[in-house]
Amino acid sequence: MAVQTTTAAQTTTAHTTTIDAGAALVLSRPPRSLWRDAWARFSKNKMAIIAALVLVIFATIAIFAPLIAPHDPLKIYDGKGYLPPAWEAKGPTGKAGDPQYLLGTDSLGRDVLSRVIYGARVSLVVGIIPVIVVLLLGVIVGLIAGYMGGKVDNLTMRFGDVLYAFPDLLFFIIVMTALRDSAVGQLMNGLVLLFVALSIVSWIGLARIVRGQVLSLKEKEFVEAGKMVGAGHSRIMGKHILPNCLGPIIVYSALRIPGFIITEAVLGYLGLGLRPSTDSKDIFITSWGALMLDGQSAINAQPWLLLSPAIAVAIVVLAFNFVGDGLRDALDPRLRDR
Amino acid sequence: MTTYIVRRLLWMIPTLFFVALITFVLMHATPGGPWDRDLSARQVDARTQELLNKEFGLDKPLFINTEGGNPLDSQFFNYIGGALQGNLGPSYRQRGLNVEDILFKPPEGKPFWDSKFGYSLRLGLVSLAFAILFGIPLGVIGALRRNTFIDYLSLMISTIGISVPNFVLAILLIILVASKLKLIKIVQQDWSSPGAWVVPAVILGFGTFAFITRLTRSQMLEVMQQDYVRTARAKGLSSRVVVARHMLRNALIPVVTIIGPALAGLVVGSFIIEQMFSFPGTGREFVQSISRRDYSMIMGTTLLYAALVALANLTVDITYAFLDPRIKLDK
Repeated sequence: MAVQTTTAAQTTTAHTTTIDAGAALVLSRPPRSLWRDAWARFSKNKMAIIAALVLVIFATIAIFAPLIAPHDPLKIYDGKGYLPPAWEAKGPTGKAGDPQYLLGTDSLGRDVLSRVIYGARVSLVVGIIPVIVVLLLGVIVGLIAGYMGGKVDNLTMRFGDVLYAFPDLLFFIIVMTALRDSAVGQLMNGLVLLFVALSIVSWIGLARIVRGQVLSLKEKEFVEAGKMVGAGHSRIMGKHILPNCLGPIIVYSALRIPGFIITEAVLGYLGLGLRPSTDSKDIFITSWGALMLDGQSAINAQPWLLLSPAIAVAIVVLAFNFVGDGLRDALDPRLRDR
Repeated sequence: MTTYIVRRLLWMIPTLFFVALITFVLMHATPGGPWDRDLSARQVDARTQELLNKEFGLDKPLFINTEGGNPLDSQFFNYIGGALQGNLGPSYRQRGLNVEDILFKPPEGKPFWDSKFGYSLRLGLVSLAFAILFGIPLGVIGALRRNTFIDYLSLMISTIGISVPNFVLAILLIILVASKLKLIKIVQQDWSSPGAWVVPAVILGFGTFAFITRLTRSQMLEVMQQDYVRTARAKGLSSRVVVARHMLRNALIPVVTIIGPALAGLVVGSFIIEQMFSFPGTGREFVQSISRRDYSMIMGTTLLYAALVALANLTVDITYAFLDPRIKLDK
């Protein structure tokens, strides 16, 4: 067997240090961590990078909506209802487009572009907050179920079977219908209830993935080695097992986000999502789903009321999917081409 | 094999029971009852409400009857008992009609296909046919002509189709195709003419079509690298025979297995499309029952959909076992 001749200090710094004189093996590049490797692969994926940029723009628009929106999304301009978009000289209602209202106005004369910009905020938080809850719950339960096994494991998995049988969207619809008028349903114009419903359905999927990873990882030699030198359960779970499951966890979460955004849009479109607010103190004034519901009734008078939120949803969801796919390819290159 | 299927079928019972329980609990968490929420109609006075509650058994306790007599004589267990006998209870909003009649009974003198569920099932089947007939060839061509224009086109279509929800695609299509180009009428369709089905079916099936395209392509790419394909080529078989007999047969195994769940998904997931196109199916009925707070209708449709999904998941496992002899189900 080769004898390592270099000292630890040398290996960390050296690009060209010879490790094994006998085999003349030359280490031509510094050792790369999984994350460096993954980043190298991700940054080569053009679509993923473009999509990531789109998402940065989307987040910026959502956060700085008051600065970016050309109009107050709640301001009603009298006599300017159903203006067509700026480039149409004569819209279906006979009015001419006004460059001040790029995408036209809704029935009350509110600026569509500004409302769509504010709608981005809802999609952003609907994407982020449930994912945080799902990460916390899913990872903890998955780790414990996989590591401890036995009854805990059985119970969580059976519970998961039932949740799996419930068609997601039906569950959301029923929860939102039933609890909309309750105290929880009133919080933040119904957003809190939406977060809860989305989290309940999704954490079990992540818990299953983590559990599966843990089941195979806990038989590995490095876990045994950790136990041998006297590491406790929580140290083994946190320091040895969890870092090795991060790849699948990240990919699952990234691909879950577009699902959440779509769900919000569907529920909003059915009139079950965020309640559009008329209070200018609210941070979340309207959502893309709620805008589409508005637009549906004005499909002939002002199609852009329906088109613009639909296009916004399509772009953001596509971008999240590209980033998610890019992350999957980067973190697990074996899955490419699937 | 048989024991496995029976066991899985039996597993559906507790699953559906829990689905019913969750739905029931949530439906009754709503303040108010079915009589006082219809703001558009005349309010029902207290005495009538009492009589109606009695008639529909809504005066009974929710879960456990503690007032003596049968402890299971409660709203929930009466409903479950009825559902087991195919009685989904009377609709709260469409007076005099039972939920199962609304969903499954065709109009007088018409075949089953003309019931609400029949319409949804037909729409699902047409969408599935579209998805398969276009998805498989596109996936195969994409894989065979890898990295050409047509491959990129198939990848692009499938990525969009998988990511973007079908009702958003529907909005874009309706406005661009229907309103701008005046090609199709949107409202007041005559569903007896086959032409009216094309647009809703294509939109509904687009996601499945995209998924089948992508799955076929990736499976083909994998199969192409197998040794038996190389052997087949080496012994001089024509490329058509290699593609049809050796590659397609193996590549299509996963595609075949998703057909069951895909159909269930199409039937269950069609409610927005049905609502948009005023399609007379179960999905539209479901959406309307939500806004009308028609509890028994919501419960009935949810149970129907959950049963469909559970059955579909079962068919995946079974078809896998039939198609791939390496998988053994009873262990």
